[in-house]
Amino acid sequence: MTPHAYKAKQFLSNEPRADWHDQTLWLVRQKRDRMAAAVPEWENLRKQASLIKENVLSQLDVFLEQFETEAVKNGVTVLWAKDAAEFNRIILDIIQKHQAKNIVKSKSMLTEECGLNDFLHSRGIEVVDTDLGERIIQFRGETPSHIVLPAIHLKKEEIGETFHEKLGTEKGASDPTYLTRAARQHLREKFLAADMALTGVNFAVAETGSVVVCTNEGNADMGVHAAPVQVHCMGIEKIVPKQEHLGIFTRLLARNATGQAVTTYTSHYRKPKPGGAMYIVIVDNGRSEYLGNPKYMHSLKCIRCGGCMNTCPVYRRSGGHSYGYVIPGPIGSILAPQKNQRKYADLPFASSLCGSCSNVCPVEINIHEQLYDWRQDLTRQKRTSFVKRFSMKAAGFFLSGNARYNFVGQIARWAIRYLPHCLLYLPINAWGRERELPSAPKLSFKQWHGKRVKN
Amino acid sequence: MKKHKIGLFIPCYIDLFYPQVGIATLELLEKLGQEVEYPAKQTCCGQPLANSGSEKEAIATYRNFVRNFQDFDYIVTPSGSCAYHVRRHYDVLEQTDAVKKVRETTYELCEFLTDILQVDDLQIRFPHKVGVHNSCHGLRGLKLASASELVEQRYSKLRRLLEKAEGIEIVELDRNDECCGFGGTFSVFEPDLSAKMGKDRISDHERNGVEVITAADMSCLMHLEGIIRRQKKQIQVKHIAEILNSNSL
Ligand code: SF4
Repeated sequence: MTPHAYKAKQFLSNEPRADWHDQTLWLVRQKRDRMAAAVPEWENLRKQASLIKENVLSQLDVFLEQFETEAVKNGVTVLWAKDAAEFNRIILDIIQKHQAKNIVKSKSMLTEECGLNDFLHSRGIEVVDTDLGERIIQFRGETPSHIVLPAIHLKKEEIGETFHEKLGTEKGASDPTYLTRAARQHLREKFLAADMALTGVNFAVAETGSVVVCTNEGNADMGVHAAPVQVHCMGIEKIVPKQEHLGIFTRLLARNATGQAVTTYTSHYRKPKPGGAMYIVIVDNGRSEYLGNPKYMHSLKCIRCGGCMNTCPVYRRSGGHSYGYVIPGPIGSILAPQKNQRKYADLPFASSLCGSCSNVCPVEINIHEQLYDWRQDLTRQKRTSFVKRFSMKAAGFFLSGNARYNFVGQIARWAIRYLPHCLLYLPINAWGRERELPSAPKLSFKQWHGKRVKN
Repeated sequence: MKKHKIGLFIPCYIDLFYPQVGIATLELLEKLGQEVEYPAKQTCCGQPLANSGSEKEAIATYRNFVRNFQDFDYIVTPSGSCAYHVRRHYDVLEQTDAVKKVRETTYELCEFLTDILQVDDLQIRFPHKVGVHNSCHGLRGLKLASASELVEQRYSKLRRLLEKAEGIEIVELDRNDECCGFGGTFSVFEPDLSAKMGKDRISDHERNGVEVITAADMSCLMHLEGIIRRQKKQIQVKHIAEILNSNSL
């Protein structure tokens, strides 16, 4: 069994919980559908967003340099990191330079990707995640299971228990308002004491050199406003050329992510506050490699809305942790193998190729087609199991010639008709664990047709 | 109705396990005055191999398909996913005139009926509560119906063909076009997920009072039927060709 299939089996072993997970995310998908349908030009917006991103990717170097120039003019320090190690090192340097003790961070998948928290932790520096979901999983020592809803795998009772342990809320309390209040109280103290704020970046506008961060809790603002030093971390693909393009993306992002018309806070950061410092760290970490690959470069258009996760019938029933990569779900399954083909070879196969992800995607990434392409590439590179490759080779032989095909077809039909049930349903028959095989009628269509022609 | 020379493609699993679906397709097309030929040396479209990542091993099967089907006005098959595979994924072959023609003229049965023959009243009587399963490749690949994710005019070629049947009640589902979890070899390499997705689909139909689940793809129905039979449920599956052929034309 592949790692994903194994973890999916575990996830499904608690069926009521799996159903709850599926239903919760399906509700998000339905909200998204209603919101999208209320915008008559929805498909047109997707097309425009996709084209803008394609334009950006086709001359990324130019836009990045323009962005840097403008940001520097605004008094921002721009730093470049080629990989995760360099990124972590840069952040550590900034912390040391400013002798920061209390660091708050709003949501950033990039820092997850680079393992920043662990890196700093091992050097005795604690970062407080201020997004509620992120804080919950940080308390529990877990990783996010979703890129927008990081604690979606947890029930409110479990969160109540964690808060009881970490924040001293009443034992057994699970009322969301009560718990959220407690978290707010706790985070407020952290914000007030913060001397450095880290954020992710949703969009970086090349013409103005400013960055845009979208949150629902205002936690990016709280951190940035309270702390003298602000650090914004972005992947190289976050660029949009002009301020006027932002509207297209912000209209798509929140609607597609959570079914809101717009995120509660859309914060634009352009220059350091008086007496403060502002940094923007631009990270490659493998992205420029995909950029050179025409088959997969479109995955860089992703604006991390999480829509493809909410719609994915596999994700909803296997949970984000079943993927074993920092970004789960359909988009994660095409990003992960670019990082490590061997380790993530199973992910492009963890899909029924239903294509719902591509239809949902606000920037029209052909996710399911890239999954298909990855399957070919990984098989060619012999990253899939020998048994699978061998059986496909054999099947290819039998399916390519009429006589051979008729011969094995005959055997299969004979086996189903005459073999005893216990032999047919040996454990090796994965199909038969929860399903009957089709019954085999006496004549195949071909045989029936042969007789018909004769008569 | 214009008479076309049609090459009938019966996918491997229909040939071996569901010959009645092939027979219904053939009879229906003949009743509609079409000249139907079944090239006897056909095998499979190669999809199971390619979807498993072994496109390379499928090339010989693709070639066999093109050899058998290059001489027809249209190639018609009672399978959305096979038709989609030929159209979309035979791009890896050298694009000779024969390959191009085969890709352009391969049709799934329902879209052939609605788009080429332009029929929708087949004078059927089918007094049952029917749930339409929108198989993914037919839906999102061939666009046999509008997809729930897209903001577009709602339509369904399957429903258009079924709607005029006497006595039929087409049932609305909670999730109109969620995947059933068959997914080719996905069904055996991710057996737990695949079965769970299938069970959830069946529950949706049951919950809404469906008696017969129909689809333009027998592969989805084979998977659903496997679960239904194992769980000894009452609900039935029937390929749409069988319903459409139960007419009085
Ligand atoms: S791939 Fe598309 S749908 Fe998925 S997270 Fe990225 S932008 Fe959203």
